[in-house]
Amino acid sequence: MTPDLKARFDSEVTNHPIVLFMKGNALFPQCGFSARALQILQQHGKVHTVDVLADPEVRQGIKEYSNWPTIPQVFIHGKFVGGSDILMELEDRGELADLVAGKTPA
Amino acid sequence: MIDPNAIRERILGTLPGSDVVVSDTTGTGDHFEARVVSPDFAGKSMVQQHQLVYAPLQDWLKSGELHALALKTYSPEQWKKLGSR
Repeated sequence: MTPDLKARFDSEVTNHPIVLFMKGNALFPQCGFSARALQILQQHGKVHTVDVLADPEVRQGIKEYSNWPTIPQVFIHGKFVGGSDILMELEDRGELADLVAGKTPA
Repeated sequence: MIDPNAIRERILGTLPGSDVVVSDTTGTGDHFEARVVSPDFAGKSMVQQHQLVYAPLQDWLKSGELHALALKTYSPEQWKKLGSR
């Protein structure tokens, strides 16, 4: 990954409390997992979305950046949280709200 | 075809002392779900917990022999709190 791309990811994930790398955008999600992740996150605040379909470099790069093989990917307060399965599980366990509030290290 | 027991053995190999339950969700030997309760998970994020479970299965995941593994991971403390939900 180029230093420029890494710097771009660093700034995306630190400049917004909730960031979702997804297929499509908030108005037109292009994948069910992305749509589901967006829906869950929106209950917890404003979600900054990045459409990976708009840029192949971003689509590949984000997987290296987080060392995670699939999209969507969620970052909260600059920290990689996981994909849609983990997000749903955190929501089920009631841990997502704490994470957004900065209360837990999860 | 992967045997659920082979998955369990590998997970136990890198996370000794954990409680591991693996089931074949489709009966086709390539889609599984696993529940892992391990003391090694304490203080770790869910992503870190999942990565610890995926680590000993990398070659199967890469080759596609293991197509999907749905994970639920808990530290013993989390399991005590959430396991009976």
